[in-house]
Amino acid sequence: MTDVAMSAPTNHAPLIAADGVPLKLKLARTTRRMKWRAFLLTVPLVLFLLIAFVMPIGEMLYRSMHNPTGSNVMPQFSVAIQDWDGEGLPSEEIFKIFVEDMTAAKKNREVGKTIGNLATRVNYEIPGSRSLFTRTARKTKNIKEGPYKEALLALDQKWENPVLWRTLQRVSKDYTLAFYLAATDRKYAENGDIVSADPLYQIYLPILFKTIWMSALITLFCFIIAYPVSYLLSTLPLRTSNLLMILVLLPFWTSLLVRTSAWIAMLQTQGVINNIMVYLGVITDESRIQMIYNLTGTIIAMVHILLPFMILPLYSVMKTIPPTYMRAARSMGASGTYSFIKVYFPQTIPGIAAGTLLVFILAIGYYITPALVGGSDGLLISNLIADHIKKTLNWSLGAALGTILLVVVLVFYWIYNKLVGVDNLKFG
Amino acid sequence: MLEKTKTPGFIALLVATLLFLILTRSFAGTFGFLIVFGIPYFAMNDLPPYATLQEKIGKYAFLSVCTIIFIFLILPILVIIPLSFNAEPYFTFTEGMMALDPSAYSARWYADILRFGMTDPDGTENWWNDMWNNATWIRAMRNSFFLALVSTLLAVVFGTLAALGLSRPEMPFRSLITSLLISPMIVPLVITATGMFFFYGRTMQGIIPGYENGLAQTYLGLTLAHATLGVPFVIITVTATLSGFDRSLIRASQGLGANGWTTFTKVIMPLITPGMISGALFAFITSLDEVVAVIFLADVDQRTIPRQMFSGLREQISPTILAVATILVLMSIALLTTVELLRRRSERLRGLSPG
Repeated sequence: MTDVAMSAPTNHAPLIAADGVPLKLKLARTTRRMKWRAFLLTVPLVLFLLIAFVMPIGEMLYRSMHNPTGSNVMPQFSVAIQDWDGEGLPSEEIFKIFVEDMTAAKKNREVGKTIGNLATRVNYEIPGSRSLFTRTARKTKNIKEGPYKEALLALDQKWENPVLWRTLQRVSKDYTLAFYLAATDRKYAENGDIVSADPLYQIYLPILFKTIWMSALITLFCFIIAYPVSYLLSTLPLRTSNLLMILVLLPFWTSLLVRTSAWIAMLQTQGVINNIMVYLGVITDESRIQMIYNLTGTIIAMVHILLPFMILPLYSVMKTIPPTYMRAARSMGASGTYSFIKVYFPQTIPGIAAGTLLVFILAIGYYITPALVGGSDGLLISNLIADHIKKTLNWSLGAALGTILLVVVLVFYWIYNKLVGVDNLKFG
Repeated sequence: MLEKTKTPGFIALLVATLLFLILTRSFAGTFGFLIVFGIPYFAMNDLPPYATLQEKIGKYAFLSVCTIIFIFLILPILVIIPLSFNAEPYFTFTEGMMALDPSAYSARWYADILRFGMTDPDGTENWWNDMWNNATWIRAMRNSFFLALVSTLLAVVFGTLAALGLSRPEMPFRSLITSLLISPMIVPLVITATGMFFFYGRTMQGIIPGYENGLAQTYLGLTLAHATLGVPFVIITVTATLSGFDRSLIRASQGLGANGWTTFTKVIMPLITPGMISGALFAFITSLDEVVAVIFLADVDQRTIPRQMFSGLREQISPTILAVATILVLMSIALLTTVELLRRRSERLRGLSPG
């Protein structure tokens, strides 16, 4: 239809449909309507995911930069302090507002607006400063009249420190990058510059790199294990390979928690593998190997859990490679190894790309298995995020770490999309 | 001919096994040796007659490696089944179990699934009522199945509609929308759960009538979360079914005078039903297995089976977990069988597979 309309000579009148509308226009209208119709079918799900999935993640991104503790606890002071130039100490006027706000905040019991909240927030920036705030807040109501500056300094000499006031000025702003700095092991120095934290306190970047490194290792192990199995499955007759495929698919369908508890039963010091080795005399009863609640346990369990995600894409690619190619190479004099490297392996690269990227993406965000079998040195970045959200309640830092992890994952998802395409994702 | 070429190999295998037995003096070890080297022996029959010795050894080693990998895949899952019948409260085989002593086995951990958390497990009055309402694991199972069913329904309805749109050739922004719809599977669960923890728990406060405190710690919130996580699976399986779909069937039905609805119910639906069911089963098992969102969003009353297992593995490890795990394994076997049968039926319907 399009070809006819386009190849019609331009000096002729346009082709007209039965109702007098030019055919070209009519075709364009129909195409547009069909496009809309296809699009409308996806609209309910897109809207659903926007509300149930995209907006929550958006909120996490927002919270990683937006922390209104300062202005919530001390509404007047947080505005006033912004006019201060950061030299020496703030003016008497600001001190007055500070004392008044402090006294008012002391009475506040609303969650998120108490002195305790502000003290915790400042404590993230200046460790050990928490008690100064709670102690001062108990006494500010006694300061009835000026000069406020002297009165406050009389309560505690620490208020003389300009670093404290500069930190308060920073904390009073609702939007901050402080949590991204903390999440990348950096901080504001006393003069306001960004410096990297004391090596002793550097936790997040090392854990992030460890997570990436471990995911890469797990992906490599999965690849080494999955390649021969997928090759075997793809070369066997369909009936046999379907039977063997069950051995791959059953773990895939079995609950993650079931597999993790199975590995605990297998690997613990009184577990099946240690018992077998003691029974066989490989090790003595006293020298049982600690294989779980550490890095080794995490790697073994995660390789087992993620293996099907490597086998399935490899298998589906290998199944399409005609065995005649290898035979042709052999008949022309190539050795087995040579024809494998030069003929077979290159054809499996799409499967390798799909499998490795998928396993890597899934491994990098893993939470449950490291939390259960990781002990203390098998922890990954996800465990730190969960700890900040559920235990230490430093939500903004948790959100900042989550954002960093999200960016890493999305980069790899983008690569996956470019190389493999999400449409090619299949199970079984 | 085949038998003749195999005889030397068979003798070699026997000699090797005997040697192994004499050297290690362990029957269990020899049994393992036989599995790892015996199975490849019986699988070695499709080598071409011109294969060199080097190739034969290579193939043999390759098959041994594959056997070990298959054992690695399946052994942990199989091992928990006998362990769950342990009479002792351990996660390991006792001496009595190794000696197949019947008194070392017991079904007490299965009874414990029912009894744990009951107000009066030994009472007779209202026992069933007590069990149904108070037993911790039973409560977890009810929560799990309720959540899984409702969220699967949501995921399948929305997912199938979207997949129908995505598989149309004229779909605009296809790759962008597909990436968005698949992303719940890709984005780490901790991130999704964190976002939901903030958004459902805080921002949604006072927006939905009847949920003034937000959606955290409600069944509605959990259902939305699990439906989100199930959507990618429905999309993937239904679009896979539609990829081999002959679109001229739609035109044929329209040409014969069927309207849109009739075409959908009589032509499209029967062909995509297997994909929908597989997608539904995937979504179901995803929800049944999901624990991170439950950790972040659920109340104590809303604990699901995996959540209960998670805290069980962290706090007091008891073989009850293995008994529950065994039940779950049996369920996965049933689900896997269903999916496999459906896949074959679908392939047969579309003429893709010899059977």
